[in-house]
Amino acid sequence: MNEMRTATVSRAEVEDLLYHEADLLDSWRLDDWLDLLTDDATYYVPPNDKPDADARYTLFTIADDIVRLRERVVRLKDPNCHAEFPPSRTRRMIGNVRVTGVDGEVISAAANFIIHRFRYNDLDRVFVGHYRYKLKRQGGRLKIAERRAILDEQQLGLLGSVSFIL
Amino acid sequence: MNYQPSGHDFVVENPEAKTFFVNREVFVSDEVFEREKRAIFDRCWVYVGHASELKSPGDFKTRPVAGRPIIFCRDREGTVRALINCCRHRGALVCREREGNARQFYCMYHGWTYHPDGSLKSVPGEDAYGAPLDRDEMGLVPVPRLESYRDFYFANFDRDAVDLESYLAAAKDYIDIVVDQSPSGKMQIISGTQEYDIRANWKLLVENSVDDYHLISTHSTWLNYMRNSGVNVTPPKGELLPTRGFGRDLGNGHLTTDNPNYRGRPVAKWISVYGEDAKADIDAMRNELVQRLGAARAARVADTNRNLAIFPNLVINDGSSVTVRHFYPMAPDRMHVTAWALGPVEETEAQRARRLHAFLTFYGPGGFATPDDVAALEAAQLGFAAWREVPWSDLSRGMAKASDQQLATDEGHLRVFWRKWSEMMEARS
Repeated sequence: MNEMRTATVSRAEVEDLLYHEADLLDSWRLDDWLDLLTDDATYYVPPNDKPDADARYTLFTIADDIVRLRERVVRLKDPNCHAEFPPSRTRRMIGNVRVTGVDGEVISAAANFIIHRFRYNDLDRVFVGHYRYKLKRQGGRLKIAERRAILDEQQLGLLGSVSFIL
Repeated sequence: MNYQPSGHDFVVENPEAKTFFVNREVFVSDEVFEREKRAIFDRCWVYVGHASELKSPGDFKTRPVAGRPIIFCRDREGTVRALINCCRHRGALVCREREGNARQFYCMYHGWTYHPDGSLKSVPGEDAYGAPLDRDEMGLVPVPRLESYRDFYFANFDRDAVDLESYLAAAKDYIDIVVDQSPSGKMQIISGTQEYDIRANWKLLVENSVDDYHLISTHSTWLNYMRNSGVNVTPPKGELLPTRGFGRDLGNGHLTTDNPNYRGRPVAKWISVYGEDAKADIDAMRNELVQRLGAARAARVADTNRNLAIFPNLVINDGSSVTVRHFYPMAPDRMHVTAWALGPVEETEAQRARRLHAFLTFYGPGGFATPDDVAALEAAQLGFAAWREVPWSDLSRGMAKASDQQLATDEGHLRVFWRKWSEMMEARS
């Protein structure tokens, strides 16, 4: 198993990926965003009262495997996705990007986010929290194997639904 | 004297014309909102929590119940309590954490402490009062009534209310169906709470929770997901989904949908979404149900689903997973929703994961369906700004049919709620 490599990555490279991802999501280029993910990627939003929990035993807000994540994108592009039609305007501020660990091929990274969300006839809502990523290099590209968006609010409250991708 | 601040009835039923109208002032009025708190929430049995949330002596959860700050806890002897979280001395919360295990509740203002059974434990500088304070008399005030049915705990702020089981009436039978999913008759609230606000009147969520008429228009993206996953969600020609499901009156304002299942159930009806691997496991669960309950009852548990609304504000959705969801008005145009997943205590890791996966596909603030319900309710609330010009909501579907022929896509079961609401609002307080 001497081919087993240990990944190397710079913070700048992770920043480029996360900033690009934020731009794709804010632009609702969701198919392009899916292309940033590995074929077995997962997406989690833990419940506000159990931010460190495991989705196997805990009711999350979102716990998507790649199958449901692709279906989520199908739904978000459908005009009958009433919660997001017309789509929310969102603007993400990504900061404090850090490479937090490397385990074999898996790179762990973290970042903070502030996402402003605006809808016609609605309150302006601000989602604050942090991301925990697992990244893998595939075909020369850094890809997202797992993304976990952890909200700081004690409860969703007036944030309401998490109907767009955090 | 009827409660008619605007000089008109809020709920107008006309059996000859086969119409049933609700005046939209009930969704916007501050007066109605204030009266509901006293006439409904202070007189009905309102949900507090589930016994499984308090595993050990000293365990507690703090949460609002009917607008009051409540400590739902298990005392040292194992008795479940619902104590008002308000210091007897000067009123501060004596517990400011969401949950935990406490040897005592400590008021950080002047240091009074209370045992988990509510009794007063200690008072700094007690000699200033002359005689020692009475430990029971000066304890945390319990809710006036606390009773449970099958581990579901309810409080009543009316000391003279009927007992809980009488109140629940035929809703008990439907709670029994839910609990029968567990071999030991023990269900548990699964860790993780979904708490979110909806900018709409709380009564709209009662309607929405049991209204199957909106399924195709509001939830087509969820139906697409099911279809893409290989589940047959096409009703026979000329019928609506769920085909031949019924809406039922359970007495005392409680109501339910009672539907043949097409969307899969973790206990114990397989659909393709679960994967081939799950088939044998689901079959084994089905066999357990048949062994324990007999074929007919097993089919009742596994092959039907129900959205059960317990008046006024508790909904148990026993569908593609089980949700326990209650909600309380913060203002005429805003409610706070708290929802949990419920499952049999015996579930294996794989079974639990399947249940939670099924839950999240449909329900909750990140699901494929609930956010669209929220959008629909908020759209309705925005429309109600014109309640003076467009005053009536129409709940007449099914009025032309016999009471035992009301489909879940009709509105007969919604009318059950409104009749009870109207009766309680008009009653002398």
